[in-house]
Amino acid sequence: MAEEEDEIILSELPDEELVLQMHDDLYDGLKEEIEEGVGILLARGWTPYKVLTEALVAGMTVVGNDFRDGILFVPEVLLAANAMKGGMAILKPLLAETGAPRMGKMVIGTVKGDIHDIGKNLVGMMMEGAGFEIIDLGINNPAEDYIAALEREEADILGMSALLTTTMPYMKVVIDTLKEQGKRQDYIVLVGGAPLNEEFGKAIGADAYCRDAAVAVETAKDFIARKHNQMAAG
Amino acid sequence: MPDALSRLLETRDWLLADGATGTNLFNMGLSSGDAPELWNVDEPEKIRTLYRGAVNAGSDLFLTNTFGGNASRLKLHSAEHRVRELNRAAAELGREVADAAGRPVVVAGSVGPTGEIMVPMGALTYAVAVEMFHEQAEGLKEGGADVLWVETISAPEEYKAAGEAAKLAGMPWCGTMSFDTAGRTMMGVTSAGMAEMVEKLPYPPLAFGANCGVGASDLLRTVLGFAASGTERPLIAKGNAGIPKYHDGHIHYDGTPALMADYAVLARDCGATIIGGCCGTTPEHLRAMREALETRPRGPRPSLEEITEKLGGFSSASDGTGDDEVPARTRRRRRG
Repeated sequence: MAEEEDEIILSELPDEELVLQMHDDLYDGLKEEIEEGVGILLARGWTPYKVLTEALVAGMTVVGNDFRDGILFVPEVLLAANAMKGGMAILKPLLAETGAPRMGKMVIGTVKGDIHDIGKNLVGMMMEGAGFEIIDLGINNPAEDYIAALEREEADILGMSALLTTTMPYMKVVIDTLKEQGKRQDYIVLVGGAPLNEEFGKAIGADAYCRDAAVAVETAKDFIARKHNQMAAG
Repeated sequence: MPDALSRLLETRDWLLADGATGTNLFNMGLSSGDAPELWNVDEPEKIRTLYRGAVNAGSDLFLTNTFGGNASRLKLHSAEHRVRELNRAAAELGREVADAAGRPVVVAGSVGPTGEIMVPMGALTYAVAVEMFHEQAEGLKEGGADVLWVETISAPEEYKAAGEAAKLAGMPWCGTMSFDTAGRTMMGVTSAGMAEMVEKLPYPPLAFGANCGVGASDLLRTVLGFAASGTERPLIAKGNAGIPKYHDGHIHYDGTPALMADYAVLARDCGATIIGGCCGTTPEHLRAMREALETRPRGPRPSLEEITEKLGGFSSASDGTGDDEVPARTRRRRRG
């Protein structure tokens, strides 16, 4: 379009337009605009949960899909996640007050013997960007550390990462320990890292292998939704 | 006097680099989770053996055991105060092995990524990255490394920071990035993008290229992308020995010495001058590569189809260069 664009005044947009604009602003990683948009929707009487799901999570889904499809790359996604976090910071206390359903809490770390953490860090940042709470245990985690953190934090998800072919089998040790202690069913177990594949994830008894950070976010959302459905049905 | 690598490049039209460091050290008993760099002081004989493995297999250049030798990585092992010492020790051992080879062998001081994400997405500033790389470079220089070898980088800013550190240390340098995400680096850099960036650097590398990534085919597609930029700078190809596969409870890289020999010859035909392996590449692979480079004739630049035929398929349909560029998302409105 050739005509001059007027400056967009967020507060003058009707709800539906504003939400679409926020999706675009997330896509562009505009943190201040996202914070402003969240404030406007709350002032218009939206529940914090509705703001979270319809404005933020839906917007991040577009970002995640374009990352998956090779249209966006890590830098853009991290900026979007950072903008999302700005919005989340406003919503978080309100969500707790209103007893809204949580997105979920994830304990994450690289397995014992593995010091390669950049993939794990990316997953953590993108999961936070999608509204999850992240407990980052860092590198080189033995089974007992993972399990202690899961229990202490009342987490929903365990995320394990390994870059080395020599360390990926340790994921099975962690899962087997959970089984021995009768706790395997309490948690969703996601695994990832360059040398892994779906077949390996199945072979060691994980719930899913996640090819990249965007897939991790989608998979986590999926499993959490199923868990909520089960709880509602139970 | 020109540096050792430039001298070799003047007399030879291809050079064989080395293979894996980490994978080979694990085979020598390094425990997962330990910093390989500590062995430069604690197990010097094993590091000499690692270096000799490459030299005896015919490598003209090998990398020091210092990939994770920056303060940020060593901090994970509470050894951040030993950067200079561990890098110096690794280069000294390398110097010793290279000088005993009886032919010119280049000691390339390996400089891996910090593992941090740079601003504005992460916390690492350009200035701090330069400082960390510079500290490592001084150690490698003191130990007698001929050239700094920056590798497995994904962010352009980190590559530039390493280049600036080389300048501060007064060292010639080479630098490769890892193209592991749909033909791009994790941070979205294409082969064409890297070639363009390299030529604009105030202190450019002697040679640039690609290492690690997702297997031999992808790596050569990347090298073709560099060559298409028309650069005059020597190109580096250091690909993994295939792809790690999980079979019956254990894991191995599926690239045979025969496949790596084909890869080496194809890499040269693609326009690479410095050719080596990365993860999974053993001295056995290197010997096969050396023999192939010495005995097989040069051929025309291979097409993508020929690469697929000889080495296997690509991990992604496109690598983001040329006509393959993905269309930008249509926006509702642009602001700002």
